Amino acid sequence: MTEIQAGRGAAVAAASGDSQVPAIELDGVVKEYQAQGEVVQAVKGVSLSIAEGEFFSMLGPSGCGKTTTMRMIAGFEDPSRGTVRLHGQDVTDVPPNKRDVNMVFQSYALFPHMSVWENVAFGLRRRRVPAQEIKNRVGAILEIVDLTGREKRRPREMSGGQQQRVALARALVNNPRALLLDEPLGALDLKLRQAMQMELKRIQREVGITFVYVTHDQNEALTMSDRIAVMNDGLVEQLAGPREIYERPATTFVAGFIGTSNLLSGTAERVDGGTALLRVGERGRVLVPVGDDVRQGGAVEVTVRPEKIRISVEEPAADVSAVPGTVAEVVYLGTYNSYAVNLAGGAEFTVFEQNASNSDITAERGASVWLSWQPQHSYAIGS
Amino acid sequence: MRRRIAPYLLVLPGGLWLIAFLVVPLVFMASVSTQEGDIVNGFAQTFRFANFADALTEYRTQFLRSAGYGLAGTVLTIALAYPVAYWIAFKAGRRKSTYLLLVLLPFFVSFVLRTVSWKFLLADDGILLQPLKSAGLLAQDFHVLQTTAAVVGGLTYNYLPFMVLPIYVALERVDPRVVEASQDLYASRLTSFTKVVLPLSLPGVFAGVLMTFVPMTADYVNAAILGGPANTMIGNIIQTEYLVNNDYPAGAALSFTLMAAMLIGIFVYARALGTENVLEAAAR
Repeated sequence: MTEIQAGRGAAVAAASGDSQVPAIELDGVVKEYQAQGEVVQAVKGVSLSIAEGEFFSMLGPSGCGKTTTMRMIAGFEDPSRGTVRLHGQDVTDVPPNKRDVNMVFQSYALFPHMSVWENVAFGLRRRRVPAQEIKNRVGAILEIVDLTGREKRRPREMSGGQQQRVALARALVNNPRALLLDEPLGALDLKLRQAMQMELKRIQREVGITFVYVTHDQNEALTMSDRIAVMNDGLVEQLAGPREIYERPATTFVAGFIGTSNLLSGTAERVDGGTALLRVGERGRVLVPVGDDVRQGGAVEVTVRPEKIRISVEEPAADVSAVPGTVAEVVYLGTYNSYAVNLAGGAEFTVFEQNASNSDITAERGASVWLSWQPQHSYAIGS
Repeated sequence: MRRRIAPYLLVLPGGLWLIAFLVVPLVFMASVSTQEGDIVNGFAQTFRFANFADALTEYRTQFLRSAGYGLAGTVLTIALAYPVAYWIAFKAGRRKSTYLLLVLLPFFVSFVLRTVSWKFLLADDGILLQPLKSAGLLAQDFHVLQTTAAVVGGLTYNYLPFMVLPIYVALERVDPRVVEASQDLYASRLTSFTKVVLPLSLPGVFAGVLMTFVPMTADYVNAAILGGPANTMIGNIIQTEYLVNNDYPAGAALSFTLMAAMLIGIFVYARALGTENVLEAAAR
């Protein structure tokens, strides 16, 4: 700790008392690889700043650069360009063993030849922490992750969930300034994963450490995060809180990646007071809030979530967005029914209908229906 | 019924082979080792266990020398093989199999022929020493052949691949993420090696020691070709007793003594350096 504090530099010292220094800052970070003579960019310029104590997720499909970005924060990859700062201190050229962040690996990467206790004590021993203090801290952290009494076990003698908690304890025991988690729940089954999500969130609140969480599971990111960076193809597509990411996806990619999303494209027939009117087919009309950049005659892409849409047989009132279509499929999913509807304009929509009453489904397969939603529940996506 | 028989049927060909060519000769040799007589008048079973005592007292020096050579050769092969295996496992990238093939390449040439080549290279007036002697860099009576160094060097050379391969396999199995995890937990490159990579590769070293120490100690080719009268190993003695002196009981007694010594040695080694124990010590 002391060496890190001493090395935090004058800039940080000047800002001392100011908790606004971000825990982690990436500034124009690029990672290039040489692959068969060609230069491949895994990360194409990521700038973001993560606040102290924040639960920050990097979400995206495999190959989007999220793991590479995390490995650059940990120090396992050197950025080709750009700067990595931890608490204001430039650590771009600092090796991983001298960085005050710890990582929980996807496959846990526990030391197979060491007991649980030795695994957890590894970092403290390397830092020459006094033996008595090691004993206390390892004991305390094993209690937090609920592994007291299993100190002598070898990793291979434990279940996946237990190994996961050892990995977490091994990183947390060092009181890192930030904890990096690389898809830590990927190998667990659904039940255990959900339990561990709650567990992680609780531990994060308890220890108050900044968590950076890499995942391709949108539910995981939405459940746990304070903020999410949705990544695609080496770039951050959107950086916002879970609610905003879900409700107001900034790009078509985010809309498609997070949850089920319906996309509709059309031409603005009229733009009036921040609202555009689109015609869909002959009878469909869509009202959508738009920014200043959309002019009459411009192309607009509209996204609306399946649970915001109402399905009805009669034509709805004129003040909502309403598009006619044909039911292509009805699926009963317990708490709700899912409809696949082919719209008049050619788009295919998914609609969720809550099973609020015991009544039958609204429409059978092949029926003509109307889909309607409040204009404020739909968003125009900039191209 | 068939299910019960099938496993035994599978083991039958190999089992018969071992019985015919290992168990039967062993029993035969055990019987010979306590016989008395000579090649002209024939040998008779007299249960003369003194054959063993005689063999041990007479050839004590050669026994100890063999063990010493085997030990020295094993230590040298570890020192040479570990860096090679490490380099192939972690630094050779896509050309791993090429380098492994290179390590194995000498096996395509006969064992004896390779050793004879060394004799040719290291001869007193051979292509290596002669020019150096002419240039006055070495004394005229300097020689490599017929020394302990030549025999141990030959042993080391011949058994090197048996050490490289098991160590390579063990290192190859080390998960790179585990190494990264150690660095993430503040271990320097050196500590990461001593605390993680080395302990995890020790099973390979153990296997390598078994595969080199045993044949090295029983070897007679290197001592015969590269060594002199002062380098005779127990393998050479056994060979001489059988093929030159025709003293079969002495040869058999020597063979059994060597075998027993090896078995006891291996047992003690496995017990004392059981993988678990060593790993536990390394974790600290």
